[in-house]
Amino acid sequence: MNHLGTDPAIEARGVHRIFGKGRKQVDALTDVDLTVADGEFVSLIGPSGCGKSTLLRLVADLDAATSGTITVFGKTARQARLDQEYGIAFQQSGLLPWRTVAGNVELPLKLHGVPAEVRRQRVAELLELIGLTDFAKSHPDQLSGGMQQRVAIARALAESPRLLLMDEPFGALDEITRERMQNELVRICAETGAAVLFVTHSIPEAVFLSDRVVVMSPRPGRITGVVDVRADGMVPAHDRSAGARDEEGFFRAVGEVRALLHGTPEQAVAARGVDTR
Amino acid sequence: MTTVAQVSPAKDTRARLPIAELRWSTVLAPLVVGVLAIAAWEWLVDSLEIEPFVLPAPSAIWDQITLNFDSIVKGATVTGRNALIGTLAGAVIGVAGAMLAGTFRFLDQMAAPVVAALAVIPIVALAPVLYSMYGAAVDTGRIIVAGLSVSIPVYLNTLRGLRQVKAVHRDLMTAYAAGPLQVIRSVTLPTATPYVFTGLRVASSLAVIAALIAEYFGGPIGGLGKSITSSAASSNYPLAWAYVSGAIVLGLLFYVVTLLVELWFSRHHRPTAG
Repeated sequence: MNHLGTDPAIEARGVHRIFGKGRKQVDALTDVDLTVADGEFVSLIGPSGCGKSTLLRLVADLDAATSGTITVFGKTARQARLDQEYGIAFQQSGLLPWRTVAGNVELPLKLHGVPAEVRRQRVAELLELIGLTDFAKSHPDQLSGGMQQRVAIARALAESPRLLLMDEPFGALDEITRERMQNELVRICAETGAAVLFVTHSIPEAVFLSDRVVVMSPRPGRITGVVDVRADGMVPAHDRSAGARDEEGFFRAVGEVRALLHGTPEQAVAARGVDTR
Repeated sequence: MTTVAQVSPAKDTRARLPIAELRWSTVLAPLVVGVLAIAAWEWLVDSLEIEPFVLPAPSAIWDQITLNFDSIVKGATVTGRNALIGTLAGAVIGVAGAMLAGTFRFLDQMAAPVVAALAVIPIVALAPVLYSMYGAAVDTGRIIVAGLSVSIPVYLNTLRGLRQVKAVHRDLMTAYAAGPLQVIRSVTLPTATPYVFTGLRVASSLAVIAALIAEYFGGPIGGLGKSITSSAASSNYPLAWAYVSGAIVLGLLFYVVTLLVELWFSRHHRPTAG
């Protein structure tokens, strides 16, 4: 499942992204360096406009960096996209309303010419994984928001990618559904062993899901610090259970992320496992 | 013993037409208004002794409908056939044109003034010109008029529909490295489909009107339009109104059929959380 390659899942070096020109110029990302190891779960957190979604879109090759390099498993972002090295999920589930649940999950497989019999089998596996086997023939408008998002995640997993890119996938869900989805995501990631780059607004979500939390700040968008959740005494992200939210290390990591977000670096630096830049 | 509540999945997931909760009041209210209006009409004509050439009584029109039922149906068949062929041909032209204009921006820009011109002129005014080209005896001119009337709304709606593709769907297709044809087939066309049928519903009534009015300009035809003018010319006003009633039913038929088709094709396009 998890081919341990020598290349990290994501490697970004000196990435800048500038939108617009002249006086309307916006520095969406400034001098971003980030490495996500194979199988590692990394969250990007920060206020609106800090460039976290922009960074994810650059990795997905949905947008191009103004300068700097981004490699995915040692390939350029563009080549990685063409080779389908990653699966992606957005805040909007982006399901095609005219296709059934099964039809949506099999879409990437169908586009890439996977034979029907293999597709059928894979879709059955994925629906089992997200617990929606009974809804295979339903249409998206017959599902709740949480169920739609699960379908979107199944679709992202369809081709067993070693890297998952998730842009606030639970952003539109209520808190209760959200926590349940987080538990499921941990389980799914443990089963697939994929590396994840996860964009979120929520501090507890980032800490609970991640091996490392990357804190960003706006104007210009940049990385202000990285909190290694494992260094706070949490088990690696893939091994966590719902109870991890009650552990002391969880609260410590939440405090560190919060300190970094609110710009009191003295406190944050004092905490163990934080490297500010 | 533990009982576990079974979450039953949607058992019947077949699509239904989204005509939600058809209540008695929604059917009854218009019926009551209609009956009252006809009763008032009958009473007015009767008590004020209005001449039939001004306004015939509903009862007189009904008598003519029952007496000439076969002729009305025959007329509706002739006019309806022209309208139907025109609708189908116009829809094909409109959709094909919109797909071309949606793909090549310069075609859209080139076509825009022509489309605007066609959209503002009453296309049925072309009928006499077309009669001199094809002859009034054949249906060609009347079908062309109906087809042109349909193609414009279908073209405009389809073009709008082709531009409704959501950013998230576009991003997904890019992420999947889908080819241009794959994008058109998997996302663009299905997105546009409900819009095509909205255009078709708007246009279907226009097709009937165009086919009907085109007959006013002459030709030895058995259509409803011709029958309306000839009965009025021979001062048989209740009969003229009987043919008008036939035209109303024909127009409604086109509208309802295209409405049902539209509802069917947009049944899953209700706004969702995604």
